[in-house]
Amino acid sequence: MIRPKDSIIVEVVARFMVPFIQIFAFYVIFHGHYSPGGGFQGGALLAGSVLLQRVVFGKRGSQSGFATRFGIPFGVIGILIYAGTGFLAQAGGGNFLQYDHLPFGLSPVYLRNVGILLVEIGVAFAVMGTLISIYDDLVGLKKRGEGESMHSAGPERGRDAG
Amino acid sequence: MARFLGFLTILAVGAVLVYGGMGLPAFGDPNAPAAVHVSDQYLEHGYHDTHTPNIVTVMIADYRSFDTLGETIVVFTAGLACFLLLRAERRREEEDAE
Amino acid sequence: MLADKWPYFATVLMLLIGLYGMVVKRNLVKKLIGMNIFQSAIILFFIVYAWKDAGTVPVHDAALGDDPSRYINPIPHGLMLTAIVVSVATTGVALALLSLIYKRFGTLEEDELLRELRTDRERG
Repeated sequence: MIRPKDSIIVEVVARFMVPFIQIFAFYVIFHGHYSPGGGFQGGALLAGSVLLQRVVFGKRGSQSGFATRFGIPFGVIGILIYAGTGFLAQAGGGNFLQYDHLPFGLSPVYLRNVGILLVEIGVAFAVMGTLISIYDDLVGLKKRGEGESMHSAGPERGRDAG
Repeated sequence: MARFLGFLTILAVGAVLVYGGMGLPAFGDPNAPAAVHVSDQYLEHGYHDTHTPNIVTVMIADYRSFDTLGETIVVFTAGLACFLLLRAERRREEEDAE
Repeated sequence: MLADKWPYFATVLMLLIGLYGMVVKRNLVKKLIGMNIFQSAIILFFIVYAWKDAGTVPVHDAALGDDPSRYINPIPHGLMLTAIVVSVATTGVALALLSLIYKRFGTLEEDELLRELRTDRERG
C-alpha cells in the first residue's frame, strides 16, 4: 500500500487525474443518448474518481474530496430523483413514469428525451453513492495497532484445497 | 470422496448444459425467437417515439423504466446491507470502548 | 450441428470453471471468486445471444434507417447493464460477511469453520 509520504509522483498524478475522470464520467452520462453509455457506467466512473483519492491519500486525507457520511445519502438522493420524475409525470396527468405528461411544456417526443436524461442522472447518483459506501465499509474494519489485524493471522495455514 | 462427488456434479451439470445447448438456434440467426417479436418493435419505433438514437438507453429508461427503478433500489439495498453489517457494528464497538 | 453454436459452448466452459471454484475449493474467498466467474459467464451468454449476422450497434443511424435486421438485438444488452452493477454490489455484501466471519472465528477455511460451529453448538 503506497502511503502519501512514499511517492510524490503518485500523489501529483492522482491529483491531476481526478477532475479528468469526473469530466469523462459526466460525458458518458450525458451522451448516453447518442452512443453507448448512460447512468450505470457514468456512476461507476464517478465512484472510481473518488476511490482513486481514497487509495492514494488514505481514508482521512481524502475526506475533503468526498466525506464518508455522504455515501448513503447520495444513494437516497439518486432514487428520489428517479421516483420524483415518475411522480412528476403523474402530477402532469399521466401514469407513473409516463414521460409524455411531464409539465415542462415541450412536444411529447422531446419530453421523453428529457425524461430519459433525468432518470439516468438519478441512476448515476445512486450507483456512485452505493459503490463509495461499500468501499468505505470494507476498508478500516479494525483500527491498526489494536493487536490483531487482517494481515497477522498467525501461522500460515498452508492447506490449499486445490 | 467429497472432492470426487464435486467433480461428478460439475461433469453432470456440464453434460446437461451441452445437451440443452444443442437446442439453441444457430449463432447469429436473425430469425431466432428472441430477436423477432418485441425487439423489432423497439428498433422500429424507438427513435421516432423519443428522438434518441441509442436504442439500449431508450429500452431501459423509457419502455422498461419501471424495471430499472427496481434494479436501482436493489443496488442501494445491497449498499445499505453492507452499511448495517459493518459500520453500525463498528460504531457500537467504539461506544462500548468509551 | 455443434459447430455453428460454438460461442455458446465457450460460455458453458467458463460457467463450469466458476462452478469448479464454488464447489471444490475450500477457502471462502476462492468460492466467492468462483461465484464472480459464474456471473460473468452468464452475462457473456446473454451478450453472445444478441448477435445477428450483418448487424451493427443498436444506435439509430440515418443511413441504415428503420430496418430491424440491420441492428443487433438490444434487449439482452439492456438486461445485462444492470446485472453487472448488481454483481458488484453483491460481491461487496459477500466481502462484508467474510470480514465479519474472519473477525469472529479467525479463519476462512471451510472445514475449520464447520468444526468451530459444531463445537459451538455442542457447548450450547
